[in-house]
Amino acid sequence: MLRIENLHAKVGNVEVLRGVNLELAAGEVHAIMGPNGSGKSTLAHVLAGREPYEVTGRVLYEDRDLLAMTPEERATAGVFLAFQHPVEIPGVGNLYLLRTAFNSIRRARGLEELGPVEFLGLAEEKMKLVEMDRSFMNRSVNEGFSGGEQKRNEIFQMAILEPKLAILDETDSGLDIDALRVVANGVNSLRSPERTMLVITHHQRLLEYIIPDRVHVMAGGRIVRSGGKELAVELEAHGYAGLDQLTTPLRSEPVGVPQ
Amino acid sequence: MSSVSIDVAELANREYQYGFVTDLDTDLAPRGLNEDVIALISSKKGEPEWLLEWRLRAYHHWITLTEPRWQNVKYEPIDYQDIIYYAAPKQKASIASLDEVDPEVRAMFDKLGISLTEQERLSGVAIDAVVDSVSVTTTFKEKLAEAGVIFCSFSDAVKNHPDLVRAYLGSVVPYRDNFFATLNSAIFTDGSFCYIPRGVRCPMELSTYFRINAADTGQFERTLIVAEDGASVSYLEGCTAPMRDEHQLHAAVVELVALEGASIKYSTVQNWYPGDAEGRGGIYNFVTKRGKCAGANSKISWTQVETGSAITWKYPGVVLQGDNSVGEFYSVAVSANHQQADTGTKMIHIGKNTSSTIVSKAISTGHGQNTYRGLVKILRSAEGAKNHTQCDSLLVGPDCGAHTFPYIEVKNSSSEVEHEASTSKVSEDQLFYCRQRGIGEEEAVSMIVNGFCREVFNELPMEFAVEAQRLLSVSLEGSVG
Repeated sequence: MLRIENLHAKVGNVEVLRGVNLELAAGEVHAIMGPNGSGKSTLAHVLAGREPYEVTGRVLYEDRDLLAMTPEERATAGVFLAFQHPVEIPGVGNLYLLRTAFNSIRRARGLEELGPVEFLGLAEEKMKLVEMDRSFMNRSVNEGFSGGEQKRNEIFQMAILEPKLAILDETDSGLDIDALRVVANGVNSLRSPERTMLVITHHQRLLEYIIPDRVHVMAGGRIVRSGGKELAVELEAHGYAGLDQLTTPLRSEPVGVPQ
Repeated sequence: MSSVSIDVAELANREYQYGFVTDLDTDLAPRGLNEDVIALISSKKGEPEWLLEWRLRAYHHWITLTEPRWQNVKYEPIDYQDIIYYAAPKQKASIASLDEVDPEVRAMFDKLGISLTEQERLSGVAIDAVVDSVSVTTTFKEKLAEAGVIFCSFSDAVKNHPDLVRAYLGSVVPYRDNFFATLNSAIFTDGSFCYIPRGVRCPMELSTYFRINAADTGQFERTLIVAEDGASVSYLEGCTAPMRDEHQLHAAVVELVALEGASIKYSTVQNWYPGDAEGRGGIYNFVTKRGKCAGANSKISWTQVETGSAITWKYPGVVLQGDNSVGEFYSVAVSANHQQADTGTKMIHIGKNTSSTIVSKAISTGHGQNTYRGLVKILRSAEGAKNHTQCDSLLVGPDCGAHTFPYIEVKNSSSEVEHEASTSKVSEDQLFYCRQRGIGEEEAVSMIVNGFCREVFNELPMEFAVEAQRLLSVSLEGSVG
């Protein structure tokens, strides 16, 4: 359902992705692990259509050329990115944004829009998945949200939008163990044969809750190792140190990545 | 900000949906301003001698004045002798019922989405419809009269309630106030008059809809609202004009008087024709609006959404004379294309424990320039006065600008004044977040900007808030490339 071939991405003169190859079948959960600066988050952003990367290579998503699509077209086609750092939008209600998104996608797919009351019903049902409090539905998007609330909100949005390809970018970062369990339960409840997931994480910890079908290790802008779920355990035991000899990180990741 | 770049071709296609002209048989005064024209206007309206004298005093003062140039806007000099100061759609001398309103005028208002038929209107709003220089009709007059509320055109008020007009006219904005207020005092033509007697809560929203229709004219209306002790009223003002290549001048005066314990809420959605993408045409909106909290515990609140006009230049203010009186100013001003706005407020604290709140949201896009200019003046007598000011500017695109000029004068040591200001851009991160969720770029910008304005929109009456959001979306159309 997703095939990435020789994907390169540059920002200015810095080549962050240096030939990524990856294939995901429908319903599979793949994890991407790797040290800071290995290009994991860039891969997530490039798949979602973030500017201003200069991108070459090919990405086939359900036999469509993903790279030729705008971010909103990708969303309509079922691509969802759970952000590592969800942005605040002051004055815009959390539920309002989500209903606008939901209906934009419905409209683009030629479906009828859902009215506010029906949508609220849907939202209340999905809120339970991530044990979310109704009170912050009407708060401004991510404004003053704790790290845990932000991440739960991302998974809540995913539950509403029901994507075919969900990319989870460091969804475990900034979470304590209870919040992590809630978020992971939410994600697990959304696993289905029709939904493919790409779980990006620095730590093996998340993968104790979300058991992947495949684990890939990224370093220096490439996938350097792939294996089953046991690869994550091995990495946790030995760290990424050994990988440094394979390749050198090209840049440091933005601040705020938890250690 | 690469994706929030300005596409001029798209901006040019931005639609102003009120830009049509209605073919009305119009009675015009000769071009230019002089004593004869003033006498003509006064006699057409059958005014008493004292009002003509007041107009002439204003005129004689005006000819000694020079046009102010301190505002942060640019425009070609205005030729005051090339303006037609009086334009009135011809109709019967007096209209007994709404059925007698010229069908063309009614059709024009229908096209503007404003039905003058009482049965068809939301029952909560009474409306005074002003076309060019005259009020064409006022709805719900009888129903309001039952509550003792007077709501009529200014001309009718002069005829039927001369003592009230004489007592309050110029009491807040004297004819010597400033260049444009003085000009208005000399040649004002019509406007609305509202009087809410002691203890009455006005049973419906009062509203005036201003429409400029004729070419080469200016609109110079005057509005006077008086709320007696303990009375309260909510008043709405809307305005549109046809698209024309030349500029038209709108120089209005609005005076509000709140006596003891009274409250007046004045909301404006200003959508005068803003000119085209190249800056041709559009209304010069040079307006003096001021309220006086004359009595203790009174309150005056201004809410304005300024999306139209080539130039907006106005500072709705409140003179806080009564002890414990409250002044508020909530503003959203949008400058797109080549629009310029220099707007803000004046809060003059005189009474003890008076308080004022200012929330200004300025949005600039295209080549728009937006200036907040505000004065908070706390006199020696205003012990324990408080002010809170918040000025936020939002920039959409690389060619626009936002400026803030706050003036604060405090003459005593027991007062508190707070000023917060911010300038931000619609960020790439915010846009990408929305787009990743499936929301198109234009809708995303509109949503983010609406969020930015929410504090002010919350102050608007419901149906106006919806209108304001829609206008804002239209103003922002094409502001992303």
